[in-house]
Amino acid sequence: MAPVSTERDLRLDLFRGLALWLIFLDHIPSNAVNWVTIRNYGFSDATEIFVFISGYTAAFVYGRAMQQHGFIVASARVLKRAWQIYVAHVFLLAIYLAEIAYVSSSFDNPLYTEEMGVLNFLKNPDVTILQALLLKFKPVNMDVLPLYILLLLWFPPMLWLLLRAPSLALITSASVYALMWLFEWNLPAYPSGTWLFNPFAWQLLFVFGAWCALGGAENLSRWIHSPVMIGLAIGYLVFAFSIAMTWYFPRLAMYVPKWVGDAMYPIDKTNLDVLRIMHFLALAIITVAFVPRDWPALKSWVFWPAIVCGQHSLETFCLGVFLSFAGHFVFTEVSNRVVTQIIVSFAGIAIMVAVAALISWYRQAERRGGGPRPPAAKPGYAGGEL
Amino acid sequence: MRKRLLLLLALLMLGAGPAWAEHPAECRVAENLIEPNFRLPHVTRAVDAKHLNILVVGAGSSQLPGSSGAGNAYPARLQHALADRLRGVDVKVTTDVKSGRTAAEMVKALPDALAAATPALLVWQTGTVDAMLGVDPDLFSQSLDKGIKIARSAGADVVLINAQYSPRTESMIALGTYVEDMRWVALQQEVPLFDRFSIMKLWGELGTFDLYSATKKLDIAEQVHDCIGRLMADMVVSAAKPEEPPTNGSR
Repeated sequence: MAPVSTERDLRLDLFRGLALWLIFLDHIPSNAVNWVTIRNYGFSDATEIFVFISGYTAAFVYGRAMQQHGFIVASARVLKRAWQIYVAHVFLLAIYLAEIAYVSSSFDNPLYTEEMGVLNFLKNPDVTILQALLLKFKPVNMDVLPLYILLLLWFPPMLWLLLRAPSLALITSASVYALMWLFEWNLPAYPSGTWLFNPFAWQLLFVFGAWCALGGAENLSRWIHSPVMIGLAIGYLVFAFSIAMTWYFPRLAMYVPKWVGDAMYPIDKTNLDVLRIMHFLALAIITVAFVPRDWPALKSWVFWPAIVCGQHSLETFCLGVFLSFAGHFVFTEVSNRVVTQIIVSFAGIAIMVAVAALISWYRQAERRGGGPRPPAAKPGYAGGEL
Repeated sequence: MRKRLLLLLALLMLGAGPAWAEHPAECRVAENLIEPNFRLPHVTRAVDAKHLNILVVGAGSSQLPGSSGAGNAYPARLQHALADRLRGVDVKVTTDVKSGRTAAEMVKALPDALAAATPALLVWQTGTVDAMLGVDPDLFSQSLDKGIKIARSAGADVVLINAQYSPRTESMIALGTYVEDMRWVALQQEVPLFDRFSIMKLWGELGTFDLYSATKKLDIAEQVHDCIGRLMADMVVSAAKPEEPPTNGSR
């Protein structure tokens, strides 16, 4: 099975860019602006979008490499990408350690002696840093990149299988997901517990994205565009929305029958609850149905900021994590008024767009000028990275 | 978002809520958050018998540092406020508080502590340490279930207290899951939850207390604990009231 299209689908960049913005907003604690993010209106959140689209683009880029240059070369490139992400993760960790060290030396409120215990790991940095390099110690909001690294490590054999027997690959992935639920598989974390994003669970969405990229979406398109599916998707989104409203207006909760609540809760993010997958799928169906691939607006300036962020997702993601630290820092040190929160949120997104645009320009300049040549297997995509 | 709505709700309900005239004004803003949704039958009986023993089990956020810390922390303030509200009842609050303990560790110590204190009510503060250590949320919920069962079989009602709202460490401690889990376990087990997290967050947002302050002084910490003790006393009294059954809320 061949990658279906040679032109990059701008919808992927658009929605990945939007997901990156939402992740940034969600990562700033106590941010008034994050009421706009989708996690407040249903079960799934921006992480699902990010993982799915990352799987989709990974298959798109490396699928072709595997067909043209073989398994070894394509795998080597996937591993190189995993290494880049690892380096980015360590870079973020350094920033995090600096922030936490600052707080520990400047904040000593007797009301929060217990909470300051979170800084105890600074007392034995040898252990902590080693555990962090092993991806076992993951500070708050730094769980996505380690997940991404593992997903890429698992990707070469899955891609090999996807190119030969796509259905079998999808079944394999779904079986791992099912076995994870059955045997409660997860990886250990430090100092205790397990990974916040269970890779055995989240790989399903990544592989499903890859499967869609390699022709699965085409095969499904008759289903996706059928009025029945669209109706079901809308119905499910409305259901999820009404449930989400009971989280904010507890009085509405009495309208939720007890058995529904018992069956539903807890909605497990770590293990990618089925309710979350369904919510994401419903969103995807609606999106595909109402935003056509050749929608002219995709090329207009309105969506350009999100698209350019989506095209440089690793850089934008890392920047977003850093900016959310910085934003929280502004709240604690300068002001936490709602006006500040709005300014910080918009400024953060503006910085993400500016940096993504700069990277885009830089890549083009490198390509035109005598800079290092881009890899031969990736012609034709401006910023066509994973 | 949720907190914004709570804030709005709080402001709306300020007029409608019951009048607790004796409170310092700064405590008042959070009163709608302490409506108990479940009853405390053992406490009701203990109040009738004019003898109420309460055991507070908790970690570091149930105490204050310094020589006068024990007297100013919320367990002592709770005893004081309850003695005020329940005239003629002999109220005794004992504590089993050590910083840095997870829910599972507290459960281990619980049978002995219950045997020693023979309380009608267990006030159980937990969640922060589990969040800091990243304890598996499932195990955390199981510990809560287990602790509640142990307390019930020892003849005590339970009130859960969740984590403090701590804006400075918000980007370092992921409390969310643990706060949600406690809410969920409380509903399932039909135990009132003293939502310290939402209350303190509301105080922070309304500017009642400056929770961002890098002060080393104890005054704000003492006021916060005093208010928590008073609000908890209100919650216990209204959950133990025999005549009017409290509204049975669920998620």
